[in-house]
Amino acid sequence: MNDNACKSGSGLEKKLAAGGFAVTAELGPPKSADIDAIAKKAACLKGVVDAVNITDNQTAIVRVSSIATAKLALDMGLEPIMQMTCRDRNRLAIQADVLGAYLLGIRNMLCLTGDHQCFGNHADARYVFDLDSLQLVRMVKRMRDDKVFACGQDIRTSKKSEPKEPRMYIGAAANPFGDPFEFRAARLEKKVKAGVDFVQTQCIYDMDRFSRWMEHVRDRGLHRACKILAGVTPLKSAGMARYMRDQVAGIIVPDDYVKRMADAKDPKEEGIRICVEQIERIRQIEGVAGIHVMAIEWEEKVAEIVEKAGLRKNGE
Amino acid sequence: MIVAEQKPMEEIVALVAGHKRVLALGCGGCVTVCLSGGQREVSTLASIVRLGCRMTVEEATLERQCDAEFFDAVREQAERCDAILSLACGVGVQMAARLFPGKPVYPALNTRFMGTNDGAGQWSENCLACGDCSLGVFGAVCPVARCSKSLLNGPCGGSANGMCEVDPERIECAWQLVHDRLKALGRMDVLDAIAEPRDWSKTHSGGPRRLSREDMADLR
Ligand code: SF4
Ligand code: SF4
Repeated sequence: MNDNACKSGSGLEKKLAAGGFAVTAELGPPKSADIDAIAKKAACLKGVVDAVNITDNQTAIVRVSSIATAKLALDMGLEPIMQMTCRDRNRLAIQADVLGAYLLGIRNMLCLTGDHQCFGNHADARYVFDLDSLQLVRMVKRMRDDKVFACGQDIRTSKKSEPKEPRMYIGAAANPFGDPFEFRAARLEKKVKAGVDFVQTQCIYDMDRFSRWMEHVRDRGLHRACKILAGVTPLKSAGMARYMRDQVAGIIVPDDYVKRMADAKDPKEEGIRICVEQIERIRQIEGVAGIHVMAIEWEEKVAEIVEKAGLRKNGE
Repeated sequence: MIVAEQKPMEEIVALVAGHKRVLALGCGGCVTVCLSGGQREVSTLASIVRLGCRMTVEEATLERQCDAEFFDAVREQAERCDAILSLACGVGVQMAARLFPGKPVYPALNTRFMGTNDGAGQWSENCLACGDCSLGVFGAVCPVARCSKSLLNGPCGGSANGMCEVDPERIECAWQLVHDRLKALGRMDVLDAIAEPRDWSKTHSGGPRRLSREDMADLR
C-alpha cells in the first residue's frame, strides 16, 4: 500500500497496512509538571516500539494532559497514540483538541469511554459522557473522511476556504473479558461500523477466552476490517496478580498464573517470562496484527520483553 | 416516584435554629410512599425538633406540595409560624417558598432520584427525565439513567457478572439488563444499529425545562 492510500500520516497505520506485526506500548504521564519523568519513560521506549499510547487521566487521576504529553513524546522521537476519554470532555472540547493535536503532529488517537471518576482522586467531579466511545470514533472518522464536525458543519475557516480536516488513525479499546461475553464481538463489530481502524485489547491473561473471542471476531470477519493488537501486561508480583484477578473489573487472571507468581523465586523475572510466553501464544492466533505491551510503571522492561519475544521493531 | 430521604438531624437543626415557631409541612405524594416526608415522618421530626431546639413546631401534611391549590388548607397555620420546614421533595419546597414570599422555607429532605421501590427500604434510580425517552429501543431498560456512564452503544469494559464497575455490590450493569431483555424478546438485532449521540438540549443541559400545552390552556 502506498502512502496515499493511508488515511492519516501515521507510521503505525503504514506498518499495519503493509502487513507488519506492530508493537505498541504505553506511557502514562506523571502526576506533576515533571518533564524529566516523561523523558525517562520516553527514553525506555524510543526505537523499541512502533507507537506509544499516551494515557488520558488514567484511572481518573489528574496527570499531565495526553495531548501535551503526546507532543512531548513526539519531540522525543516517539510516535504517540493520544488517548482520549469521554469522561472529561464534551463534543466541543474533543473536536477542538483533535484539531489542535493534529496541528501538533499527532496522527493516532485512541477513543475510550474512560474509567468512572469514582476510581480516581476527584470522585466528587461531575462527569461528562456526552458521547460514548463508539460515537467518539464515528465523530473523529467523520471529521477525517467527510470533513465535517459533529453538528454537520464543514471543517473550514471560512465559507470560501478549503476544508482543513484533522486526519487521525483511529483506534479504540476492545475488552474480550467483560460481560456479556457473547455481546463482546458484536460490540467490536459496531466499532468497526463506526469507523475504527485499529483496536487494542484489554490485557490478556485468560488465553482460552481470548482465543474464543478471536474466533467470534474471525467469524464476523472483523480481523480484516480493523487491525487487532492484543494487550499484555507483565505481572510484577503475586500481589499484583491477585489484585488484577480480584479487584480490577473486566480482567480475568487464571489462578495458574497467580500460583506461578507466588511460587517464583524471582517474581519479576517470572512475570516477564509469563508475558513472553503469552506473546508467543498470541502470535499463533490468526487475525492478531500486533501486540500492545502495557507495562504499568515498568516502561524500562518493555525493551526486554520485546527482545525476548522476538519482536524487534521493524524486524519481522 | 420521586425518592427522598431525610437530611441528617444536625443539618435540620442548624437550618431552623433561631426560629420560635416552625411549621413542619409534609406531603402526601411520593415522599409519603417512600416513607420520608408523610404525616408519620412529620410527626416524628416535629417531636425531635421540639425537644432538641426548644421551639414550637406545628404539623401539617398536604395532599401534594407541588400543587398550589392544596396550600389553602394550611395558609393560616403557615402565616402564624415564622418558618416552614418542608418534608416534600425539592419541588414541593420551592412551591411553598413561592406561595409564602416573606417566609423562610427549609428543606428537611434530600431529594435523591426518580426510581422504583425494590423491596423493604430499597429504592433505585430508573429515569433521568431526559426528555426523549428511548425505552422503546433498549428493551424498556434505560441506559441513560441506569448505566453509570449513560452509554448508548453497549457496555463498557467494566461490566462483570452482571454488575457495574462503579459499585459491583449494589449497581446492576444496565447493559447486562438491556442485553438480557432483548435476548429474551428475541430482539438482539436492535443492538446492531449505532445509537446516535443524544440531544442533551432536551435535558437540563438545555436550561431549566418548561412545558406548555395549548390544549390544557384552553381548558383553564
Ligand atoms: S430514556 Fe430518558 S425519559 Fe426514558 S427512562 Fe431513560 S431517562 Fe427517562
Ligand atoms: S459497567 Fe455497565 S452500567 Fe456500569 S458504566 Fe459500564 S456499561 Fe454502564
